[in-house]
Amino acid sequence: MNFPVLSIITFTPMVAAAIMLLLPAQRKNETRAVALAAAIFALTLSFWVFFNYDQAAGGYQFVEKYNWLPALGITLQFGVDGMSAPLVLLTGVVMFTGVLISWGDEHVMAGIQDRPREFFAFLFILATGVFGVFVSLDLFMLFFFYEIAVFPMYLLIAIWGWVVTREYAAMKLTLYLFIGSVVSLVGVIVMYWVAGHNSGVFTFDMLQMEKAGFSQTFQNIWFLPVFLGFAVLGGIWPFHNWSPDGHVAAPTAVSMFHAGVLMKLGAFAALRVGIMLLPEGAKYWSWLIMLFAAVAVVYGAYIAFVQKDLKYMIGFSSVSHMGLVMLGFSTLNRAGLTGAGVQMFSHGVMTALFFAITGMIYDRSHTRQIPELGGMSRIMPFAAIGFIIGGLVSMGMPGFSGFVAEFPIFMGVWGSRWLVAVIASISIIITAAYIMRNIRQVFFGDVPEKLEGHMTDVTVLDKVAITTLCLFMIAIGLFPSFMVPMVQTGVENILRLLGGA
Amino acid sequence: MNFIATHLLSLILFTPALAAVIMLFLPSDDHRLFRWFAFGVSFIPLTLSLVVWFNFRSIQPGFQFQETYTWYAAIGSSLHLGVDGLSLTMVLLTTLLTPLALLASFSINDNVKAYMMLFLFLETGMLGVFMALDLLIFFVFWEVGLVPMYFLINQWGSANRNYASLKFMIYTMGGSLGLLLAVQLLGVLFKTYDLQFIAANWSAYTDPIAGIPATTVKTVAFWAFAIAFAVKVPLWPFHTWLPDAHTEAPTAGSMILAGVLLKLGAYGFLRLILPLYPAEAHNFAGALAFLATAAIVFGALASYAQTDFKRLVAYSSVNHMGFVVLGIAAAAFAAGTADATIALNGAILQMFNHGLSAAGMFFLVGVIYERTHTRDLEEFGGLFPLVPVYGGILIFTSMASLGLPGLNGFISEFLVVRGSYPILTAYTAISMLGLLFTGAYILKGIKKVLHGPINERWAHGEHKLTEISTREVLVMVPLMALILWIGIYPAWILDVINKAVVMLF
Repeated sequence: MNFPVLSIITFTPMVAAAIMLLLPAQRKNETRAVALAAAIFALTLSFWVFFNYDQAAGGYQFVEKYNWLPALGITLQFGVDGMSAPLVLLTGVVMFTGVLISWGDEHVMAGIQDRPREFFAFLFILATGVFGVFVSLDLFMLFFFYEIAVFPMYLLIAIWGWVVTREYAAMKLTLYLFIGSVVSLVGVIVMYWVAGHNSGVFTFDMLQMEKAGFSQTFQNIWFLPVFLGFAVLGGIWPFHNWSPDGHVAAPTAVSMFHAGVLMKLGAFAALRVGIMLLPEGAKYWSWLIMLFAAVAVVYGAYIAFVQKDLKYMIGFSSVSHMGLVMLGFSTLNRAGLTGAGVQMFSHGVMTALFFAITGMIYDRSHTRQIPELGGMSRIMPFAAIGFIIGGLVSMGMPGFSGFVAEFPIFMGVWGSRWLVAVIASISIIITAAYIMRNIRQVFFGDVPEKLEGHMTDVTVLDKVAITTLCLFMIAIGLFPSFMVPMVQTGVENILRLLGGA
Repeated sequence: MNFIATHLLSLILFTPALAAVIMLFLPSDDHRLFRWFAFGVSFIPLTLSLVVWFNFRSIQPGFQFQETYTWYAAIGSSLHLGVDGLSLTMVLLTTLLTPLALLASFSINDNVKAYMMLFLFLETGMLGVFMALDLLIFFVFWEVGLVPMYFLINQWGSANRNYASLKFMIYTMGGSLGLLLAVQLLGVLFKTYDLQFIAANWSAYTDPIAGIPATTVKTVAFWAFAIAFAVKVPLWPFHTWLPDAHTEAPTAGSMILAGVLLKLGAYGFLRLILPLYPAEAHNFAGALAFLATAAIVFGALASYAQTDFKRLVAYSSVNHMGFVVLGIAAAAFAAGTADATIALNGAILQMFNHGLSAAGMFFLVGVIYERTHTRDLEEFGGLFPLVPVYGGILIFTSMASLGLPGLNGFISEFLVVRGSYPILTAYTAISMLGLLFTGAYILKGIKKVLHGPINERWAHGEHKLTEISTREVLVMVPLMALILWIGIYPAWILDVINKAVVMLF
């Protein structure tokens, strides 16, 4: 057995959470230091995994397997492939930057000043859940970690969220996600029984279940509940409604996690369980997924266009961008899936950056209303540059990761249903319009009188966070080979399950 | 030295961007440092492109100084650079105008660092389009150039800049949408974005695509390309972003916008549409010629009607670029004939010439605007005795724009008209009437500014008009020298262009 790097990554946040809860509540800086140390540790290891993944060999690597409940065929089995390794890295990055920007500044009440101990503990439990989903090769464990990731969200939003809507949003989010996961759970259990009856071995091991040979009819019936149940968390239209409310109500670091990583969790689980275990069902229903995704892409962009609240604008733009991920999935071809894999990472980093900067502005100005803001580039030039770079990624501007991700997605759509590519491309213009308009309104022009003199620049930690996130977007944009070949190895595996193609 | 010799194009392309990144980390608030740094750096691409120019062998067919690097292997796109006579002319124009525009920007005092950085990024974006031999790389640079231009207009422009910059951005991106989709279609079909490979295979492609006959798909794709480029040129009726963007942009921004950015559109017609869609270009040459003629005539009439000096010059670009497209349309209609070659020669030379004279005109408008803070033609008048040197330069540049024989504009417009007349007689005849209006609006501009009763406001007191400064003259000298040189002895540049045209078509 090699060095169990994946379990260490997965449980580091959990252990850190336990340590933090043991610290006295008033030792805020010590708590933060523990959080930061754990985040750096997890980030370093996820980098290590990312760079040591053998792309030539492909498949699942760093595999670990422990018995958990042998009687029911449940094992604790971890491993990453080309699809999940970037997502593990993404989680590490968002965790690290999330801690940095939550550190805050007591003088301006930025970041998390109220009970940071509990906040970081819940956030880290959530992080364990997220890591767990990305690395689990056992369906039961995947589900187990999935629920761990969803539950702390409720507390984080309800306690530290925006006073006005936090209870409503937390409840809405939790109900949506639980209903979604219950629907998936039913599907998962049915798959377990049928696979067991077919092969005589009852197991949740997904590598075994891939070979279960589900009948076409079975797959046609169960693909939709399983896929859509998970895809709710991916913000797929028409089940996206919880997501912007949740984003807006959540505190900054939670919004970053939520949009940056949790939505990927839904998309990833939908891919891993829905498409990879029920490939024939995926083929049968791909037109419907594509339809939903195309609507999300265009409609999400349009709704983002009319928002007056900066956070709602970003929330709906996430719906639009996650729609592109689903669009890539629905093509079921090489280009589309590759693009979707890169888009998950790209959107994660981009939206984390957006929410981080929005949080920095809100903490200082106490407003997110776009018309009430202005001239921020003079007060916080660093944040302005970061937001502009994020905006360019969002618009799919070449030279940034958004283009590298979206272009293959569109190519994939061309390869399956060309008309959808034409329709979905409308979103590019709408996105450009709202991004440019909002950048101008928020960051340029004159500082409103009300805010004059009350605003301070972002902290050094904030700058480190912004720089980290921007570097990823630029690196992938200029050198797609940084990530794309790895995603491709994961795509090969999916294509194999889909039967060539 | 060996490294430089083998990486000439990539050095030209990336030096400005690299310099911009270095500027970001220069720990200084000294405006002068940033100005001189950017200005100095911009001579590197200029020098290198002159090296390329003198080492370029115009009799050798195909692209030269080629370089290929892996970029996005997953979708079959690589960073493939190369130049022929057509692109080299445009590269030279870009590297020549950038230092001049930077020199013209020395009067910018607000956030100099960001301004200079954006300008250098803009140069890389434009050069990339001219050098790209990969369809996706072409598109990448095509879009990338928009961003710095947007911010240059939005941050350093005049009163109505927000409207103008967003309109510029959305118009161009909207226009490029069809191009994006068509590029993707080609990439999916051929599994590569290599321009030469696609050019060799696409025009002969006859299999139905997704159940639709190839001719239909090609027609749609042709128009997707054509509209993207027509917006950029701009052709009537896609030109309405241009007067706003030009008028609101800072002086140097207008210089580059008119001098180089508009050429990107015309270059797209030449580099992509003619080789990829010869049959469609032939079929729709009449429509293109119609739009070009409309641009020439309406551009001239609209220009005549302006009371804003900068808008007048802006509409003149619509008018002049119309001739470029007229020449291209004629060449597309009768590809391979001697007349077509002449028309195309004229069109490409007109691109270069308009780059010189439009940049000069916008700069001169900027010079007087900086002093008077007005562009209203009615506010000027009789300025010649106050600023004789400026007046002389303005008249000289205007005459180049008007097409006075002996200056460069005459040569190229003559060639376009001479080549197009036998092919598209009616359109060319109407366009020549448009030339008449060109004379009218240019003379109107000169009259309103330099002649007539003197506006006493500029003659005395605090508003007294000062003469053009040495720095400003230095901006104009290279432009005027080239204008005169091409006007008297065009062979040095036409030789390169002509060989490229002959080999291309």
